[in-house]
Amino acid sequence: MPTSPARAAEKPAPAEHRFFELIPPGLNIDFVGLRFKMLLLSWTLILIGLGSVYLKGGLNYGIDFAGGTMVHVRFAQPTPIGDIRAALARPDLREVVVQDVGKGGQEFQIRVLGAEHGGASSVADAIKTGLRDKFGEGTYDVLRVETVGPKVGKDLWRSATLAVLAATLVMGAYIAFRFEIRFGVGAAIALLHDVLMTIGALSLANMEFDLTTVAALLTVVGYSVHDTVIVSDRIRENMKKMRRESLATIMNVSINETLSRTLITSGTAILVTAALFVLGGSVIHSFAFALLVGFIVGTYSSIYVASPVVLYLEGRGSRRR
Amino acid sequence: MNRTVTYRALLFVVLTVAAVVVLVPTVFRDVPSWWPWRQPVRLGLDLQGGTHLLYAVDIEQAIDTSVERNRQDVERALREAQIGATSIEQQGRTIFVRLANKDKRDQVQTLVKDQFPSLVSVPQTDVESAADFAYTLDAREVQRLRDNVREQALKIIRNRIDQFGVAEPTVQAQGSDEIVVQLPGIQDPQRAKDLIGKTALLEFKIVAEGPQAGTPDKPGAGIQVVPGKSEGGRRQSYLVERRTLMTGDVLTDAHVSPGSATEGMAVDFVLDQRGTKEFGQITTTHVGRRLAIILDGVVESAPTIREPITGGRGQITGRFDFAEAQDLANVLRNGALPAPLRLIEERTVGPSLGRDSIRNGILSFVVGSGLVIAFMLVYYRGGGLIADAALLLNVLFLVGAFAAFGFTLSLPGIAGVVLTIGMAVDANVLILERIREELRLGKTPRAAIDAGYERAWYAIRDSNLTTFLSGLILFQFGSGPVRGFAVTLCLGILTSLLTGVFGTRVVYDAVTSGRRVTAVSV
Repeated sequence: MPTSPARAAEKPAPAEHRFFELIPPGLNIDFVGLRFKMLLLSWTLILIGLGSVYLKGGLNYGIDFAGGTMVHVRFAQPTPIGDIRAALARPDLREVVVQDVGKGGQEFQIRVLGAEHGGASSVADAIKTGLRDKFGEGTYDVLRVETVGPKVGKDLWRSATLAVLAATLVMGAYIAFRFEIRFGVGAAIALLHDVLMTIGALSLANMEFDLTTVAALLTVVGYSVHDTVIVSDRIRENMKKMRRESLATIMNVSINETLSRTLITSGTAILVTAALFVLGGSVIHSFAFALLVGFIVGTYSSIYVASPVVLYLEGRGSRRR
Repeated sequence: MNRTVTYRALLFVVLTVAAVVVLVPTVFRDVPSWWPWRQPVRLGLDLQGGTHLLYAVDIEQAIDTSVERNRQDVERALREAQIGATSIEQQGRTIFVRLANKDKRDQVQTLVKDQFPSLVSVPQTDVESAADFAYTLDAREVQRLRDNVREQALKIIRNRIDQFGVAEPTVQAQGSDEIVVQLPGIQDPQRAKDLIGKTALLEFKIVAEGPQAGTPDKPGAGIQVVPGKSEGGRRQSYLVERRTLMTGDVLTDAHVSPGSATEGMAVDFVLDQRGTKEFGQITTTHVGRRLAIILDGVVESAPTIREPITGGRGQITGRFDFAEAQDLANVLRNGALPAPLRLIEERTVGPSLGRDSIRNGILSFVVGSGLVIAFMLVYYRGGGLIADAALLLNVLFLVGAFAAFGFTLSLPGIAGVVLTIGMAVDANVLILERIREELRLGKTPRAAIDAGYERAWYAIRDSNLTTFLSGLILFQFGSGPVRGFAVTLCLGILTSLLTGVFGTRVVYDAVTSGRRVTAVSV
């Protein structure tokens, strides 16, 4: 990346500053003018995502929510998934889902959802017996065994929904209190947008939806607002400075001024989540995926969702009081 | 140098030394005995391997059992008072008493009132089939059971687990009626599950004999069928007299004894004073009969009473192996659970996955933070260097806090540390970008730094507060590893404000105070 010389702001600066910059300070993109196109794009993507959830008959729920049994195994040799399915075609096991977790055909998660019949550990035992009969002792390693009762799943589902809703409300209320009510509404809509977008992406990528994924969603909620705050903070500051300008102009100036910060702060966060996604291992794969998608979408939404909502609430094209 | 700068710098030096001190036992296996901190960072079950069990205490069952026990006691009390009752039945949680002699109504009323304060009489709606009396448990008694049952169960399980011999187990209450048991390092939880799940209700009954005993298909009056232990696929059942002569609550101690070659290990038990008296009476009146020792509805053994046992000691045999005998002695010693437990969640992590997770976590940490550090250095040069130093200090403080406060580090927790790295530089980016803007407006470095910190603070405060709030909500919602993530997220925000904002400010103040600075590298 070449070093571009700092451009003088309105007044000529006495000292010449040379900064390493990705975004030149004089940049002026008409973000606000693009808002309807972006609105269309956003909601089209969300509809695609939610359509995917609908068509697949719900998210790819882990046993945390659906209740059931999960056995995570690692084979010493790459093993065809069909062999594992065959090993588990037993009368005492029904609707077994085998998923390759992407370790060169050696690691698999075997899930049986809704294990209500036969007691807590009988399904896990049946899976272990099936594998032992087919592949023999010592050719594979049982990494994890989890069994969740149906009641637990229901409780978790309820508290997860409550937590995401509570977080959305608390964030909106906080922004409304710190800024103005319309900024609060803008932030709340933006983070709802982020959550829906992330859920859609989870469904499209067929990622497992479990407890840690909800934790990631809640983090996305917090982070989405984090970005929105940076932009809103500048809008508020410029509203004081530029009393004669229309809100649309003020927003454009503010978004452009903070673009560098927004991209860099989000960039570092996205960088580390990408590291987690690639290197973090199968246990937190869907967690890291949700964070990664959520952070990218969150950055976008603080520019294209939160601010247009504020503008819309102001009344299109009208001038500030 | 300005005095407050000295104090602030000193604060960071002290914190750094403290963090290093508490982290040494985590990094190095062997620390010298004089080292002031011994406890390494606690690793969650997902990192060290082990078993997590969640039980629901069946409190409703405990209430039913209490009604049943009261029914038995009323029956006995009436018999002792020589009041003939045609029937004493229990339907749901109501005890119905029908008397043979209606003249004794007043006597019964007084007796129950005096001896059974926890029973209240209930109105009967169906007059036709009405019994003479209908009783149920007092609402206060029910509430007392609800309050106490889980606590009792928790205490008993804790004792059983302590005597099971596993390093650093956790037994905790959760929610209104749940108990969490965590057993680090246990891969095959079957024995632990058997030990915890056993209600351990010990009952002594007399084996029925003669023609009135009936057959297992058609037991005689006052006789019940109780299954025996299955041996070689066959299960013998016993016909025993329904009346419970003694229960396990009179046991004071139980331990494994060698037993005999044919019978396997045995469990010896010691009775308290009341138990000694009762056991003496039972064995005196039933010499020559067989005594069924029933544990959780299964006959463990049914030895013949050869002579009265008045010493307050007894033995249970039942072809136990050593572990079985050990666990039986354990549950008998610690008493019966007041209510059955249902296992509703079980998670076992093998040690190899735990090791993988630690390695993956560290790898993503190194790569993630390496990228961020390199980026800051290239993009902001001098300012980036200071921010990077703050970042490293931040990680040191964050992990140090885990060691110092005994928080448990889980895999999502490590992910939280990695995430903190990415988010912590936010504050520095906000400040540095602001300083750049102020410099562009023509301010002197000193003024630009002051303005940069001052103006960026509002955005930093608000944006971190919102993430902190979502962390708190997450903590409320989550359990186990998710909680670990929430703790890391919240702690990370605090430490990154400390190092990223106040820490870097100390450096800038130290450099710019007392001399004219003409250029600043940001």
